[in-house]
Amino acid sequence: MSSTRRDLFKGLAAAATISILPTAAEARERKSAPSDAVGLLYDTTLCVGCKACVVACKEANGMAPDVDGYGGGLYDAPEGLNEYTRNVIQLYRDDEETSFVKKQCMHCVDPACVGACMLGAMHKGAFGVVSYDASKCVGCRYCETVCPFNVPKFEWAKKAPKIVKCELCRDRLAEGKQPACTEVCPRGAVIYGKYTDLLAEAHHRLEAAPNKYVPKVYGERELGGTQVLYLSHVPFESLGFRFSDEQAVPHVQQTVQHGVYQGFAAPVALYALLGAVMFRNRGRDES
Amino acid sequence: MSTIAQRLRLSGVSRRDFLTFCGKLMVAAPFGLAITDFLTPEAVAQAVGAARRPSVIWLHMQDCTGCTETLLRTSQPDLASLLFDVISLDYHETVMAASGHDAELALRDAMKQNDGKYVLVVEGSIPTKDEGIYLSVGGHKGIDLLKDVASHSAAVIAMGSCASWGGIPSSTINPTGATGVDSIVKDKPVINLPGCPPNPYVLLAAVLEYAATGKPPQLDALGRPKFAYDRTIHDHCPRRAHFDAGRFAQQFGDEGHRQGWCLYQLGCKGPVTHAPCSTRHFNDVVDCWPIGIGHPCVGCTEKEIAFTVPIHATVGIERPFGPDTYPEIHAESRAISPVATGVAGVVGGAVLAAGVLISRNPGASDE
Amino acid sequence: MSRSYKILLGLGALGIALIIWRFFAGLGASTALSDGYPLGLWIALDVVTGTALACGGYAVALLVYIFNRGKYHPLVRPAILTSALGYTMAGLSVAIDLGRPWNMWKIPLFIGDWNLNSALLEVALFIMAYVVVLWIELTPALLPPSRLTRILDRALIWIIALGMLLPTMHQSSLGSLMLLAGPKLHPLWNTPLLPLLFLITCLAMGYAMVVFESFFSGRPLSPMLANLQKIAIGIGIAFVALRVADLAWRGHLGLAMQLDLYGIVFWIETLLWLAPVLLLSRSLFLAAMCIALAGALYRFDTYLVGFQPGPGWHYFPSVSEMFISIGLIAIEIAAYIALIKRFPILAGSRSHT
Repeated sequence: MSSTRRDLFKGLAAAATISILPTAAEARERKSAPSDAVGLLYDTTLCVGCKACVVACKEANGMAPDVDGYGGGLYDAPEGLNEYTRNVIQLYRDDEETSFVKKQCMHCVDPACVGACMLGAMHKGAFGVVSYDASKCVGCRYCETVCPFNVPKFEWAKKAPKIVKCELCRDRLAEGKQPACTEVCPRGAVIYGKYTDLLAEAHHRLEAAPNKYVPKVYGERELGGTQVLYLSHVPFESLGFRFSDEQAVPHVQQTVQHGVYQGFAAPVALYALLGAVMFRNRGRDES
Repeated sequence: MSTIAQRLRLSGVSRRDFLTFCGKLMVAAPFGLAITDFLTPEAVAQAVGAARRPSVIWLHMQDCTGCTETLLRTSQPDLASLLFDVISLDYHETVMAASGHDAELALRDAMKQNDGKYVLVVEGSIPTKDEGIYLSVGGHKGIDLLKDVASHSAAVIAMGSCASWGGIPSSTINPTGATGVDSIVKDKPVINLPGCPPNPYVLLAAVLEYAATGKPPQLDALGRPKFAYDRTIHDHCPRRAHFDAGRFAQQFGDEGHRQGWCLYQLGCKGPVTHAPCSTRHFNDVVDCWPIGIGHPCVGCTEKEIAFTVPIHATVGIERPFGPDTYPEIHAESRAISPVATGVAGVVGGAVLAAGVLISRNPGASDE
Repeated sequence: MSRSYKILLGLGALGIALIIWRFFAGLGASTALSDGYPLGLWIALDVVTGTALACGGYAVALLVYIFNRGKYHPLVRPAILTSALGYTMAGLSVAIDLGRPWNMWKIPLFIGDWNLNSALLEVALFIMAYVVVLWIELTPALLPPSRLTRILDRALIWIIALGMLLPTMHQSSLGSLMLLAGPKLHPLWNTPLLPLLFLITCLAMGYAMVVFESFFSGRPLSPMLANLQKIAIGIGIAFVALRVADLAWRGHLGLAMQLDLYGIVFWIETLLWLAPVLLLSRSLFLAAMCIALAGALYRFDTYLVGFQPGPGWHYFPSVSEMFISIGLIAIEIAAYIALIKRFPILAGSRSHT
């Protein structure tokens, strides 16, 4: 009995030691946007809620109308992003405050979805655009589970379902065109450009009119940084941006994982250890 | 045959009046017609004026004469008479002076003089049942008359829904086997102008286009000119903003109805009806069209809608667009099914009960 | 065929019929899954909890082959059978849950596309490998002696070692999976210790399930089972201590005291781990069941209850979802019963090698 307990604690101690490895391992470096990164800058003070961007996105991507939304079958009225809607305008209204907000993929610098995807169906492609390749997708929805912005959506109704999300019109980008949403915006509320230019422009606007905005460019540092940046005149939490932590989502999981596995060294070592112990134990019985 | 410009000079129509007329043509058909594809009324006047004054023979079949009336009820007398200077209406049973045998002679003469060149306008549906005996004009069966006159024409215009696809007489049991012109006339170009009645300027534009270019205007799959019938009423409705904002009249005379709100819920067929009425009104009076006076569109141009679907029955929206309202930041998803929770409870309870029972009889197996 | 066996087969048949329907109707119609909760009952129960409950083979193998407690050897084979069936059913559940299962074959073969950062890739590969290893470990019991079985006998050490390596990796990675959910996982469950916590709970659950299943084997209960249960209880206590220490270290102990859904389920979990201390002397069966439930609830909480996609999202499995899971479990149980009757799995069965 006592030897069992002893062995038990031996085993747990070993396990605990292995788990400390992550803290001993090198901290994972914070990623930065690629040099040719592009993005969007959305400014709530300029948006009038015309929804031209919603219509343009639907047309550019050949998406079906969403008549299950709040329109009672009469309208194409998505309540939020879904399998028919890659881009949506929502309204925040409190007693005194009102703001529109455009929601689509944030094209994170260090995306959780990319870290999650087994075969890289979700990957960061040209210009840092988070892109989707259905041929490598098994439909596990893990990317959907981990995205902090709840962006990837799944085609639940289809027999051959895919993940649906904004891909920054990467086909149009390859042709040198702008994304559909920025092309039709009548007031320049959402604009497209090089990430570094957009970030500079965002700060320029904050400096030029500090009382107009909440003094932050959302996406500059949040969750590891995103290539889609937001300026707002109301608190970002009110617009549905729940998280302000600066650590990239995959940071902890990958630090732990790489710390434990150390490449493939730890598993191989453990395998050798197990085999060696079994070899030694042959013919001996400590019952 | 003289040109239109020559005839107008003869009749003493002022150039100003003719230019006004051309301007109206341009408004009626801003695109899709060769004759209005110019930038100024002067240029249109040039093109129209140079055209040969077309001979028009107008036949009445099973009709109510509404399509003729729409032509005559243009409220500016100058324009009504201008009409008869622009086209040579060589046979029209309602407006011509002759009757009886003289009328028949007039028809034969008109056919002989303009053989192969006249435009045949047909108003009313053609009965085909029982060999077409349900319409007899001057002793001739309607269907025979149509075939005869059409065979010597250059082109046929089916004026109104009855001539286009059968209209009111063809609804429900269609006791006379009423049908449209293009089911009978196969060897001549047929232009369908459905509507009950259609807009008179559409007829004029179509006729003049033919006269000036020798070709009909661009037609859609149902033979209707695209310049007038390519859009639905809903696409161009002046009350569209109310639809988008979700403001509907629920009953005739209620507050919404008085405010001029959207008539969709009263059965407006605008979303499925191709017609130009929303932007080109009748009788030369602004807002003189059904929705304009507060009655839902009944879809009078569409064969599947008019006189078939009840007037106050609502229709589906084929191409839904976004409403004026907005989704909230956090939307509610579908509620949890009480059935599922109930089943889960039953299953969980059964498993627990089984567990307790088995724990009282350790070693009892499934043997 | 006993009546309860017929019920199992009936439930299994219903499950299969529903699975066929699921592939025609799509996931939206056959489940209550949504964009807020893309992972649901099939993942949390069939895969994550099911594989942990099927860790008996792993747990007992550790005891017998690493800690050299030969007296538990008779328990190895039935535990391996449970593991083989449990993991196979888990694999089937994954295939049913996937939206694009026709791409599954690419996972082990498209090596150039492997995302080595993905914990899910690791879980998938190692579960696939482990299922193969488990059935190989069973071949001596299932097949008559032949050249194949003799080759396997000689390689047995390395196969068994693999059978201990693989679960260590993927059971801990099942914890890492939810670590990536990051800010969407409630702090009571979101800790860098998740892989370790999942690993040790799966061991406790493995031992508990070995005890639990012995009650259905139709054999008298062995006194060894009480020992196994004590190991499980010991691991459970260590787990609770580790969790409380971790919460205190991260400054979230206050959350456990809150009277909301999260605080309450945390306490239910904790009590389920600790209750067997009192129950052991009175009912071995209930003690084992408590450990199994504690581990299951911990996993459900990590994957579903503690998962916070944002306001407005709810999830409760649909009836068809539930009966597909129930059907698969019923098939698993029925297969276990059938196999232990026909093959030398249990100690003392004829032609025991």
